[in-house]
Amino acid sequence: MASEPESPSETVTRKTVPALPKVATGIAGFDAITFGGLPRGRPSLVCGAAGCGKTLFATTFLVNGATRFDEPGVFMSFEERAEDLVANVASLGYDLDGLVAQGKLAIDHVRVERSEIEETGEYDLEGLFIRLGFAVDSIGAKRVVLDTIETLFAGFSDETVLRAELRRLFGWIKDRGLTAIITGERGDGQLTRQGMEEYVSDCVVLLDNRVEDQITTRRLRVVKYRGSAHGTNEYPFLIDAEGISVLPVTSADLDYSIAEGVVSTGIAGLDAMLEPGGFHRGTSILISGEAGTGKTMITSSMIDAACARGERCMAFVFEESGHQIARNARSIGLDLSRHVEAGLLRFEAARPSLYGLEMHLARMHRDIDRFAPSLVVIDPLSALRGPPVELQSTMLRMIDMLKSRGITAVFTSLREDGEIDHDSAIGVSSLMDAWIKLLNVEANGERSRTLYVIKARGMRHSNQVREFMMSKDGIALIDAYIGPAGVLTGTARVVREAEEAAAALRREQENLRRQREALRRRQSLERQIDELRANLEAVEEEEALLLSEDEMREAALASGRRDLAVRRGSTR
Amino acid sequence: MSGSEPIDGEGDGALDEGHYHLRLYVAGQTAKSLAAMTNLKRFCEEHLAGHYDIEVIDLMKNPQLAAGDQILAIPTLVRRLPAPLKRIIGDLSNTEKVLVGLDIRPKADGL
Repeated sequence: MASEPESPSETVTRKTVPALPKVATGIAGFDAITFGGLPRGRPSLVCGAAGCGKTLFATTFLVNGATRFDEPGVFMSFEERAEDLVANVASLGYDLDGLVAQGKLAIDHVRVERSEIEETGEYDLEGLFIRLGFAVDSIGAKRVVLDTIETLFAGFSDETVLRAELRRLFGWIKDRGLTAIITGERGDGQLTRQGMEEYVSDCVVLLDNRVEDQITTRRLRVVKYRGSAHGTNEYPFLIDAEGISVLPVTSADLDYSIAEGVVSTGIAGLDAMLEPGGFHRGTSILISGEAGTGKTMITSSMIDAACARGERCMAFVFEESGHQIARNARSIGLDLSRHVEAGLLRFEAARPSLYGLEMHLARMHRDIDRFAPSLVVIDPLSALRGPPVELQSTMLRMIDMLKSRGITAVFTSLREDGEIDHDSAIGVSSLMDAWIKLLNVEANGERSRTLYVIKARGMRHSNQVREFMMSKDGIALIDAYIGPAGVLTGTARVVREAEEAAAALRREQENLRRQREALRRRQSLERQIDELRANLEAVEEEEALLLSEDEMREAALASGRRDLAVRRGSTR
Repeated sequence: MSGSEPIDGEGDGALDEGHYHLRLYVAGQTAKSLAAMTNLKRFCEEHLAGHYDIEVIDLMKNPQLAAGDQILAIPTLVRRLPAPLKRIIGDLSNTEKVLVGLDIRPKADGL
């Protein structure tokens, strides 16, 4: 305790001292919210009620230290026997026996049985120190876990001695430069039953497991971190077959860089409705429509298109299994199972009620980080249930999370109006960049599928309602008939189109007739013109003839007169 | 196993079981350790003369032995025999409690 020069100086002159040295726990997310992990060379307290993951947290800290950071560790268990501990974490893929054999881990089970102990005078807990020291020295441990040291209070009656010894123990841990996790059971009115936070005060992490509406959500909060900034919120965390992961899912900034490029939807007609020929990459797209309007088929098309481009896709489905979707997609000629086998597509199917909202988000967060898809489908978004406030913030963070990674996200919603909750005005539609609405039009005893683009940020898009049809060749869009009688679809459209075609044919025939008529008239006029021209020529010929005759007559008259004159002159 | 010594049949106490195999764990020559050793020797001579052996283990020298007998407190006296195993912690200054811990009737020496 006495020799810790860094403790006072670190609080007083924090600005000049470089960041507090930290030890990465290797627990995804936890190192992020603590900006590096637990304080190096100090004990940290991890507390929480029974069954909230304290032991697992501590074990993960040791296993990661041994396997990833080359820091061997000692697990001193006051509750579970070593065999039980090994068995309990084996399901997470942790091979404690193997690590022990490699000399990277030491497990010491400290059993305290009050009935076997008779106190007969003064004592101290030097034996504990010796055992811990021996275990640490035997493998050169850098990390220590004491789980749950408060059990000692049940084994020894002299609390004064115990508290003094614990204080000495934590001082000893600091002196040895060991990074330690002390676990403690949640107590009434304080963090731990025996007030361990009094002794271990550098870093306190609180684990919580709350049940709301019969759904539990695990949460983690860094209560205190002396000398370091840390995320102060409650973060959901996840324990499953892949271990423990904490999710710092609250992001407040909107300054993520946007992904460039356009992604095709795989439906030619739909691409054509959008000016760039698809959606912008990294945007969120909402496809809303009632049951049976074809939402899943449209998302399947988008998935198929993305996988065909060689991009990775991840689909979180809440109402069907991945196999079912793949089978159904075959009916429109899409082979999704091919992409699953190629490792490009992953279905994550879960019932909405399996976890709380936070857990769903947390799970998605982790899966997305691991799989790194470029397209994420959530089908349907409306399956997620929860208190409106929580729902809204969850959606917001989910969209945020996807956008910040430049992932194109496709959400489907059963609600026609894009709202997520009936009772409130909270909607996700405003968070979406693009919104396609699917509508079944019922008329004349039949139902037709139509779709239209309600909005598409950053692109010109068609404002037309299109009818679409699903066949084994995929989804095809057809221009819907929009006329004075309203929007016509299905056979009504076909009938109307036939009528229009007939009318058009009639118009065309009439046109041709008129053209022929005009031609005829023109030809007859031309004929008349020719005739007149011929007449004119005849007249001109006549005129020329008459004119020449006149001239000849004049000439004859003149010569006659000359002859007469000659004759008269000669007789004189 | 214990050297099965002939025992007088009339007693119904722990002495019937015979030999006492005791192990005292200490950590260095601390005041408490020394006190425990002194107390133990005196006690055994008074109550168990001829029926005991004492093994003193200094954990400072043999730290690996601490885990085997689940030693936490120092000094700890472990009654290996007769069964069941008993742990008596402290400097053994409270004779009453030591007797209870070892299942020895205080009046044993009065008989």
